[in-house]
Amino acid sequence: MSNVVLSVENLYKEYRLGTISHGTLKHDLQSWWARMRGKDDPNSQISTLQSIRTSTGNEHFWALQDASFNIRQGELVGIIGRNGAGKSTLLKIISRITTPTKGTIKIKGRIASLLEVGTGFHPELTGRENTYLNGAILGMSKQEIRRKFDEIVDFAEIQQFIDTPVKRYSSGMYVRLAFAIAAHLEPEILIIDEVLAVGDARFQKRCLGKMDEVGKQGRTILFVSHSMSTISSLCNRGILLKAGMIAFDGPTTDAIQAYNASDGATTKYPAYIDFSAKGRLFGDEHAVLLSAAVRDTENNLITEINISKPFKICMNYRILKSQYSAMVPNFHFYTSAETCAFISQQNDSKPLPPGQYTTECHIPGNFLNDGIYAVNLALSTYEPGLVVHFSAKNSIFIDIKDPIEGTATRCGYRGVFPGAVRPELTWSLKEI
Amino acid sequence: MEIQKNTWTTVIRPQNGRLDINLIDIWRYRDLIILFVRRDFVAVYKQTILGPLWFLLQPLLSTLVFVIVFGFIAKIPTDGLPQILFYLSGIVIWQYFASCLVKTSDTFVANAGMFGKVYFPRLIVPISIVLTNLLTLGIQLCLFIIFWISYYARGANIHLTAWIFTIPFLVLQMAALGLGLGILISSMTTKYRDLNFIVGFGVQLWMYATPIVYPMSQIPAAWQGIYSLNPMAAIVEIFRLAFLGTGSVQPWQWGISICVTVIVLLVGIMLFSRIEKTFMDTV
Repeated sequence: MSNVVLSVENLYKEYRLGTISHGTLKHDLQSWWARMRGKDDPNSQISTLQSIRTSTGNEHFWALQDASFNIRQGELVGIIGRNGAGKSTLLKIISRITTPTKGTIKIKGRIASLLEVGTGFHPELTGRENTYLNGAILGMSKQEIRRKFDEIVDFAEIQQFIDTPVKRYSSGMYVRLAFAIAAHLEPEILIIDEVLAVGDARFQKRCLGKMDEVGKQGRTILFVSHSMSTISSLCNRGILLKAGMIAFDGPTTDAIQAYNASDGATTKYPAYIDFSAKGRLFGDEHAVLLSAAVRDTENNLITEINISKPFKICMNYRILKSQYSAMVPNFHFYTSAETCAFISQQNDSKPLPPGQYTTECHIPGNFLNDGIYAVNLALSTYEPGLVVHFSAKNSIFIDIKDPIEGTATRCGYRGVFPGAVRPELTWSLKEI
Repeated sequence: MEIQKNTWTTVIRPQNGRLDINLIDIWRYRDLIILFVRRDFVAVYKQTILGPLWFLLQPLLSTLVFVIVFGFIAKIPTDGLPQILFYLSGIVIWQYFASCLVKTSDTFVANAGMFGKVYFPRLIVPISIVLTNLLTLGIQLCLFIIFWISYYARGANIHLTAWIFTIPFLVLQMAALGLGLGILISSMTTKYRDLNFIVGFGVQLWMYATPIVYPMSQIPAAWQGIYSLNPMAAIVEIFRLAFLGTGSVQPWQWGISICVTVIVLLVGIMLFSRIEKTFMDTV
């Protein structure tokens, strides 16, 4: 308990929807004048109406409800949740941009928040001047910035433009400089809100690397993102927020699973989807997707399965117009971290006449890792050029359950298995 | 557990209506104040041909207009002082106060983007605005002194008085008044945007309630009391008395002026420190 650097205790944040007070001076003066004359406030009726609405829960909105957690030094915490779950509100309160309605937050050490890169950049000032300004806004002292100035410029790769006004910068240069400054902050606690969604892929990679490095130096990071793969690669603890409450707090992989499961709580993963009934038709003039299902070897519809058992993904589709080249069914398997685990294609595909077809992809037992996989159902033609007839993302899901006891691929190991798949492969051992 | 509690560096609690301005926090961010001043001072006249010359042209052109309109056409007396010195002194002083007030009055609305993304003591922004204007005032005072010397050398009827020693205090008082009123208005504009419109022409009207284009001696004795409630009246008049040797200000009038300033500043800071914590929810 001694190294807790951030302690959030029973945090509540209330927002009032609709009008905040009466809104205009006129109304406030009206109310005041009426009260002075001892008459009824002409605006109070509105207020009574609003309080009635309160009872139905319309007017008040709790962005955060009874959130409590402790963060220890050096923890890399990912905060996940749907839009409106309260992530940004939480970060705003921790970064002191707004105050909580109830509850306390205690912070040990210097805290810096990056809810945006390049806050306070002035277009007329040069890169050098903006570096000092932005650094100071983020809480660095002049000496600190001077000490790290060369490092920042190197990281941003804008050496020859450092004395040019930033309004002449390309958007990439602008963002690189802004991130470089932020990355060289040295607070004990760093709060980051999705700012990595900037710059080109190469720069993003470097940013992630930099943050990893920051984490390894024993500093604490709070990171909000919608990218599950970033969260899972960067964080070692996940906090799932749901409707302003903490729904899960624990290892990142479990938090991501809980996040995906909470998604299913509203739609509940179907084991069978009829696309024509749902009114979302996938297809073109050559072929349409009809339905899909997940089944075990006895042809029962399933939503989850033991990690050691084989199962199959079935897809029904209709060919409307035949072609001289084969239409190839292909399934893309995504992990809950939204990384593509693998793609499999029907390897004996040949040209087919118009009609309804069903194709099945058999997945062996002891092949996938545990967790929820989403399957993207697609049909493509590769000759003469690539044509995707349909591609239905996140349409079918399968939850692979690992009972741990007796799982062949574990060999007794009881911890979390990283990796998109966990195949049982043939090994051979010889004494030499 | 008790020992550990003392080691928290920051504790965030719900707003409790108490007045708490964290002066230590502001001091810690002093580098930021300087950088804001630098930004505002440097960036204003970038991409202009005359550049910093505008600092001098503004009061000069205003003085010229005042000399023509109020001096030649309306023939308003100047207590026997050279018209240019009379108007220039008023304009330089008034400009400082007016721009402190106008620019701080939209602190919250103009900086909502930045305030919504990063924390630093919000009072930093109005303080830096006042300091930026102080630099401008310095430059314009030099201009005034050049004129003063040239008139003095030609034997004009002007002389310094002992009031000259109050000048630093007067500048501080104007800064406090402009800042106090500015942050008061900026706190209220987060709720009532109407005030934005009032500030613009309100400052213009206020100028006519201040002895800028006429000397205080023109105000009838019966009105002096109510006239002195305008804290700027005494300040402008003392400034003229200090540099030009003529003016009809009484010490009690300055006393009222100081009282009003202190009250405005305190109320302003109180309101500002309450609003700064939650205004992101209302803007």
